Amino acid sequence: MFDITVNGVRHRVDVVPEMPLLWVLRDELGITSPKYGCGIAQCGACTVQVDGAAVRSCQARMADIAGKAITTIEAVGNGKLHPVQEAWIEHQVPQCGYCQTGQIIQAISLLETIPNPTDEDINEVMSGNLCRCGTYERIRVAIHAAAKKIGGI
Amino acid sequence: MVHVPSLSRRAFVFGSVAVAGGVAFGQYGHAEQAPSSAVATNPLTAELGPNSVTFNPWVEISPEKITLIAQHADKGQGVGSIQALMIAEELDLEPGQFEIRFAGPSPAYFNTGFAHELAPFMAADQSPEAEKARAAALEWLRKAGLQMTGGSSAIPDTYEKLRMAGAIARETLKAAAAKRSGVAAADLRTEAGSVILPEGTKIPYVALSADAAKITPVAVAKLREPSQWRFIGKPMERLDIRSKVTGEMKFGIDRTMDGMVYAAVKLNPNKGQPIKSYDASKAQSMPGVQTILKISNGIAVIATNSWYAMQAAEVVDCVWEPSKYPAEQADHWNVVASSFAPRFLGKEWRNDGKIDAGLEDGTLVEAEYRAPYVGHQPLEPLNGIGIVTDRGMEIWVGHQTPQSVQFIAATAIGMKPEQVTFHNEWMGGSFGHRLEFENIRVLAEIANQMRGIPVKLIFSRKEDFLQDIPRQIAMGRYRGSVKDGKIIAADLQVAATAPFKELQARMGAPTKDPDGQLAVGIWNVYYNIPNYRATSFEVQGLSPSTTWRSVGASANGFFTESFIDELMHAAGLDPLMARIEMCKIPIYRKLLETVGEMADWKGPLGSGKGRGVAFVESFGTAVAEIVEVTMTDAGIKIDKVWVAADVGKVVDPVNFENLVQGGVVWGLGHAMNCELTYAKGAVQQTNYNHHEAMRMYQCPVIEVRGLENDYTVRGIGEPPVPPAAPALANAIFAATGKRIREMPFNKFIDFV
Repeated sequence: MFDITVNGVRHRVDVVPEMPLLWVLRDELGITSPKYGCGIAQCGACTVQVDGAAVRSCQARMADIAGKAITTIEAVGNGKLHPVQEAWIEHQVPQCGYCQTGQIIQAISLLETIPNPTDEDINEVMSGNLCRCGTYERIRVAIHAAAKKIGGI
Repeated sequence: MVHVPSLSRRAFVFGSVAVAGGVAFGQYGHAEQAPSSAVATNPLTAELGPNSVTFNPWVEISPEKITLIAQHADKGQGVGSIQALMIAEELDLEPGQFEIRFAGPSPAYFNTGFAHELAPFMAADQSPEAEKARAAALEWLRKAGLQMTGGSSAIPDTYEKLRMAGAIARETLKAAAAKRSGVAAADLRTEAGSVILPEGTKIPYVALSADAAKITPVAVAKLREPSQWRFIGKPMERLDIRSKVTGEMKFGIDRTMDGMVYAAVKLNPNKGQPIKSYDASKAQSMPGVQTILKISNGIAVIATNSWYAMQAAEVVDCVWEPSKYPAEQADHWNVVASSFAPRFLGKEWRNDGKIDAGLEDGTLVEAEYRAPYVGHQPLEPLNGIGIVTDRGMEIWVGHQTPQSVQFIAATAIGMKPEQVTFHNEWMGGSFGHRLEFENIRVLAEIANQMRGIPVKLIFSRKEDFLQDIPRQIAMGRYRGSVKDGKIIAADLQVAATAPFKELQARMGAPTKDPDGQLAVGIWNVYYNIPNYRATSFEVQGLSPSTTWRSVGASANGFFTESFIDELMHAAGLDPLMARIEMCKIPIYRKLLETVGEMADWKGPLGSGKGRGVAFVESFGTAVAEIVEVTMTDAGIKIDKVWVAADVGKVVDPVNFENLVQGGVVWGLGHAMNCELTYAKGAVQQTNYNHHEAMRMYQCPVIEVRGLENDYTVRGIGEPPVPPAAPALANAIFAATGKRIREMPFNKFIDFV
């Protein structure tokens, strides 16, 4: 049995220690916003925050995660839309949308580290998140827009 | 007898669709017998609740809510949104006032958008003969009742009929309000989900549903003028954007059901072959595992969690029946290379002038091009939920061909198609993957062995790669000649596996006619070349192949536009100016001029930079692209792409731009670094690290312009793909002098 806190709610799960967080969230807790894409940290669709850091949940074993605070897309804005989500809507980034929850969480993490990223910074941090529909350019534009929002410009 | 060489182009599909209607879908007779009125054939009528009304197959109003039906499935292209908004345009609804539901299987949702593709005339041909053939194709489609999302047809299919569906609903609601209020319908107006009386009283549509159900839907002769449109052609927020940004959107893979079990599979990677035997002793005792089942082409693990199921499936030791196609990739290419022979002839699609004389008269240019198998690999892996009882099967799965899901699932478990109840889902991508049936057949077999229990199946990414029926493998052997600064002959021969014909066969409608998709990109070429021949050969006995975003044109467009570039170079011509000059269709010439203006084309750039241009029409939509690259120490860097596309009418401008950008990324990324290769009968690439396509750091700025010169509305899902690869190859040539004639390009040159 393991205890985890997801979006401020504590859960107790009975799984093997090596089960990835992704599958605990999806199949044990019914939180389906983190997506299964590749299972080997190649696509980033499963990205969530663990103690505030963007983590590929398909690679985080339950035994290593127990006791930590998990945040999924539902809670990144503390009850309202996060500026990154607002920018994603304004620039109509998603097509199929399957990768976008992971993209947004990765982008939030980027902006927390680098408040005003250059295109190169964005390329560096976001290239681990695959988008098969090809929305990269809109993601780039939306990240710049979100940076302005957060900076209050 | 009059010789009409182009008439037989794609005409084969007529026959096939007719067969499909009769055999595969069981709808032909039904559609024939059905009265022609929309009410009689409206599938919504059967399950209508009390005091509710439906005016046509797309609009349903109950006392509680308004539901708009999306007949085209949404795999990310945005039709889940725009279909409803086109109805709302005429019905005077605002976003938020209605729900969207995907259509169930019904011939009422036959796809009118295929009429142009089926008629044996080129897209720009508006002659009476062409229009007559298109009208005949439409009648075939009506009789066949084939409901399919694909071929970039959603907007061409629905642009008029959904607005009309909204207008009929509006006028009928007004008639009901007139009856209730005693005010003439002509004095009523509608706004934001209500009928409004002259003195200002609002009657919500939902309050009129019971009354409206008692009257015959009103015939509407005229649709609103474009000047009155609130949504169409204006920047809109896609209705699915917010839920995709908040994580609320439920894709098929996210659906759950009380009492369901989780299934994962290990299937024979020798595609189409059965399992011989297996040893599950190790897997049986793994955590979460409930049972292990044998199915026709592999095993399924049933567990309490998808991850447990996948882990256990991985360690089941299976003995497979070997492949029927060559085990090793080199032999696939050998078979393709040996297929340029009369007995493999698909069709000679065009033969203008005197090709032999033309080739002899001038300087001969020859080139051989290759396009490998490529995977679809949408980010949402194949999945589905199914439950089988003695009465039938109910299935929840994202798919582009509802009737085929019924047919495939029923056939797999010895039931009748009408015993299968299908529910569509929002899809996390498709690119052609969800026109195939690997998950459908497997899910039916598993659920049939678990009767009464809902089974949720998810393919692991590895399994999805291994079972992905790829894009056709193709080779082009091209010859041409130039003389006095002109291209005087081009002889285009393509040998490829037949993607659409194979898909038709798997849908239960086999045909012996040539695959029309292999004509696209060699037949519909609009340059003035006096001696011109285009021939397809259909390769037999290789891996199954299927439709991959832009289908035939994805390979042929690369071959042809690369070769045209080679001929122009040999003739000493500027690749853009010569294309403009040689283009026979005025609106396409305009398109090429536009993309040239956008890029400020002035000929060679020098200093390690190069620009390439390509122009391909597919699915009726002409697209011209210019790619600019720089040769750096780290390899080729793609700096910028300009795209002009003529769709007659840009219906959803923001989404249009997004789709075009995505199509370019798709075309470039796969041309750069993707192929599927076989070894020991199985595909060697099993995850994205082996088949990466484009990532953020390689993505250029992509500038898009939509033109509206075409005489009819066209689709945009696929047509931006085919020009991307040749424009990139031509740009690399301009920058480096190196011709790359085979995809993926990274076999020959490094990319940044």
